[in-house]
Amino acid sequence: MLHIVNKSPTERNALDSCLETAQAGGAVLLIEDGVYAATRGSATEGRLRAAMAHFEIYVLTPDLEARGMLAIEGVKFVDYGGFVDLVAKHDTCQSWL
Amino acid sequence: MSEHGAVKKFMYVNRKAPYGTIYALESLEVVLIAAAFDQDVSLAFLDDGVYQLKKGHQTKGIEMKNFQPTYRALEDYDVTKLYVEQESLRMRGLTADDMCVPVDVVSRADLGKLMEQQDVLFSF
Repeated sequence: MLHIVNKSPTERNALDSCLETAQAGGAVLLIEDGVYAATRGSATEGRLRAAMAHFEIYVLTPDLEARGMLAIEGVKFVDYGGFVDLVAKHDTCQSWL
Repeated sequence: MSEHGAVKKFMYVNRKAPYGTIYALESLEVVLIAAAFDQDVSLAFLDDGVYQLKKGHQTKGIEMKNFQPTYRALEDYDVTKLYVEQESLRMRGLTADDMCVPVDVVSRADLGKLMEQQDVLFSF
């Protein structure tokens, strides 16, 4: 299944709740303020690196660029078309609003 | 100086990341209003608010207005007191060099003192 996180990890607990709940083999897509979770030097960098062992982590590139941030290695980048493909590929989606 | 009444100290406290919510843009709009009335204006950036000043916003892809140039225009309105909280920067992997305008990096305790000195606080 696809998990979508759109909240900053330093403002809400959406990312933690997602990572604690998601089952191995799933995919996590970071969008909007959720992209800060994957940025270099952030407090959540370690948590995200650990999560990479269990899930594919995707970042929506336009949201990363809008915020002037750089993502850590190992994440996969998608544009809006890739977002649609991810949704289509997975049977279900959970948005951690 | 204002001809009518005393100049008040206004501080705008910014705690939200840009673009994900409307807070950052709304704060800027109100800052410009106060500046037009010749008040003593300062801006504080803490928690996710420090992301507002991160250099290099490129918003074409999300089709939203890039309001980062407005921070650089604040100087023209004599708004030059921009305080950024040190620990908020550090835990986000940022430094003063990542900011798009000159800022004063202050500790959380110093920021608290600055807030105490204000006549009016606007919270965003």
